[in-house]
Amino acid sequence: MSKELIRLQDLTMEFEGERVLDAINLYFNDHEFLTLLGPSGCGKTTTLRIIGGFLTPTSGTVTFDGQIINDVPPYKRQINTVFQRYALFPHLDVYDNVAFGLKLQKLPKDEIDRRVTEMLETVSLRGYENRRIDNLSGGQQQRVAIARALVNRPKVLLLDEPLAALDLRLRKDMQNELKRIQQATGITFIYVTHDQEEALSMSDTVVVMDKGRIQQIGRPEDIYNEPKNAFVADFIGESNILDGVMLSDYKVRFFGRVFDCVDAGFAPNEPVDVVIRPEDIDIVESAQGHLTGTVTSITFKGLNYDIIVDFRGFKWLIQTTDFHGVGSTIGIRLNPEDIHIMHKSEYSGMFGDYSSYSAEYDELTEDAGDEEE
Amino acid sequence: MKKANRILTALIFVFLYIPMAVLIIASFNTGKNLSHFDGFTLRQYVRLFQDDSLLRLLGNSLVLSVLASFIATVFGTVASVGIHSLNPRMRKLAMTLTDIPMTNPDIVTGISLSLLFVFVGSKMLGRRDSLTFWTLLIAHITFNLPYVILNVMPKLAQQDAALRDAAMDLGCTPLQSFFKVTLYEIMPGIVSGAIMAFTMSLDDFVISYFVSGMDFVPLPVEIYSYTKKPIAPKVYAMFTLLFLLIFLLMVTMNLMQLRSERKKVKGRAL
Repeated sequence: MSKELIRLQDLTMEFEGERVLDAINLYFNDHEFLTLLGPSGCGKTTTLRIIGGFLTPTSGTVTFDGQIINDVPPYKRQINTVFQRYALFPHLDVYDNVAFGLKLQKLPKDEIDRRVTEMLETVSLRGYENRRIDNLSGGQQQRVAIARALVNRPKVLLLDEPLAALDLRLRKDMQNELKRIQQATGITFIYVTHDQEEALSMSDTVVVMDKGRIQQIGRPEDIYNEPKNAFVADFIGESNILDGVMLSDYKVRFFGRVFDCVDAGFAPNEPVDVVIRPEDIDIVESAQGHLTGTVTSITFKGLNYDIIVDFRGFKWLIQTTDFHGVGSTIGIRLNPEDIHIMHKSEYSGMFGDYSSYSAEYDELTEDAGDEEE
Repeated sequence: MKKANRILTALIFVFLYIPMAVLIIASFNTGKNLSHFDGFTLRQYVRLFQDDSLLRLLGNSLVLSVLASFIATVFGTVASVGIHSLNPRMRKLAMTLTDIPMTNPDIVTGISLSLLFVFVGSKMLGRRDSLTFWTLLIAHITFNLPYVILNVMPKLAQQDAALRDAAMDLGCTPLQSFFKVTLYEIMPGIVSGAIMAFTMSLDDFVISYFVSGMDFVPLPVEIYSYTKKPIAPKVYAMFTLLFLLIFLLMVTMNLMQLRSERKKVKGRAL
C-alpha cells in the first residue's frame, strides 16, 4: 500500500549521562498520520527533534527515503515543523512569515505569491496577509505556523504539541482542521501530544511512549481495546486493573471467580493483569451480579456519573448514566468481551486501583488552592 | 517617611542637574561673570560656529566616536553571538573577562595601552610618531567593546531559541538565520550598546589623553589644556549642545527600550 518513508533504528539519546531515548525502532509510512503519545519526559519531543535534525542521536540511525540522514542539517531536510509555541517571526507580517521558506528557495515572485495566497486560503486566513503576528489570536497564529510549514510542500510535517496552548473549543476545531489538511495534502504528519483523546481521534497510527521506550504501536482502536500493559491501559482512558490468573485459553480467574474471556495464547496458570474499562461494566440488581459491591462515592460528569464501588476492599471506577447513591449495594455483570488480559509487566501493580481516588482528588484540589493564596 | 523619601529624591535630582543648568544659563549670558546674569544672548553660539579650530576639534571627537562605536558594535555583536554559543561555564568566564576592563581604572587602561602602542610603534615598526589617530581609534574600540557586549548578551539570552530552529527548519543556514531572524530580535540591544559606546567615546578624557598624538586631538583632551586659562564662554555653548545631544540620545534609547518591552508584554497577553 503506502511505502515506508522514515525509519528509526536503535535510536538512543543521552543528555549528560541520562538516557532519554532507549533503542527506539520505528518506521513511518508515506501519507500517514502518526502520533507519538506519552507523558512529559517520555522522549516524544526528543524523537521529533531528531527527525527534524535539531538533535543528533547518541547512537542509532535515522533513515529518510532509504538514505541515512543523521548528519544532514535541518535546512537540507524535506521536513518542516510546527513548533510548540509556533515560533513565528515577530518582525514579519503574516504574508512574509508564510513566504519565508519560499523566498529562501529563490522562487519567482509570482509563484511565491500564488502559493502563499493558496496556502492562506487553505488555513482560512485570506485577508490577514498584512497583519502583524502580535495582532493575531492564538488560533490564528497556529494557522500561520501550519501554513508557513506546509507552503514548502515538505514530505513530512512535524507537529510538536501544536494545540497545547489553545482553549478546549478551539482545540477541537483545530483537530478537525488538521485532519482535513492532512487528508487534502497527503503529507505525512508526525504529531506529538500528551493528550490521549487528541491522539485517538486524529491518528492513523498511535505510538505510546514512556521512559524513552515504545510501549505500544497500533491503530487507535487497537491501542484502546487491546492495551499491551498496565501503563498503556491507564494512560489511554480509564481502567480498572486487577490481578488474575489465566487458567486456560478463554478462562481467567480473579476475585475468586472464573470468568469467560476472549483472550488466548497464555501459559496455563500464568499470572496476568486484567483490564476492565469503566464504561464496559453493566450494573444489575445485586442478586443477579457476578460480583456485588458498595458505592462509596459518586461524581457527576455531565455525560455520566463516575462511581467508585468497593468490591471486598478493592475499589473500581464505573461509569454509568444512572444514579446510584452512596452506600447502596449494586451488582455487576462482565461479558467476555469486556475483559482484557495482559501479560505482567514492570508497570503491574502501579495503576488501575481507585482506592485512593476521591481522597487523592480532594487533596490535590486543596493543595492547588493553597498555592494560589 | 514617604515625604522624606520624596524630598531626598528631589534633592538628588537638583544636585545632579544644577551644574548643567548653571552651564546652560552661562552659555546664554551676555556678561562674562558667571555669578551675574546680565541678559539673554545667542552671541556665544554664533562665536562657536565661527571658531574653526574649536569646530575642527568637535569634528575630531565626533568622527572618532562614530567610527569607534560603529566598529565596536559590529565586533561586540559578533563576539556576543560567539560567547552566547559557549557552554554555560565558559560563557560565565568570558563574561567576567569582558566585564573587568569596564571596572578597570581608566588611567591604568590608558597608560597600559599607551605603553603597548609606543612599544609596538617605535620598537617593532620603527616609527617615530607611534601615537596617531589609529592608536586613538583602537583604544576607543577596545574600551567600547565591553559596553556593546553588556547590552547585546541579555537580548540573546531572551531570544526564543525556537525562532532560530524555525529559520533553519525553513531552509536558513546558521548564518542566514542570524541575519534574517536573530539580528531583528537583538536589535534593541545592539542599538543601546552602540549609543552607550558612542557616549563613552565622546566624553572619554583619561584614556584618550595617554594614547593621542599631536596630529589628531579629541575635544576633551584639548579642553583640558584650556583649564589653565579662563574658559571662553563659547565653550559653554558647545558643552550645552553636547549635553543636549547626549540627553536626546539617552531619551531615545530609553523610549525604544520601553516600546520593545511593551510589545513583549502585549505579545504575552495573547
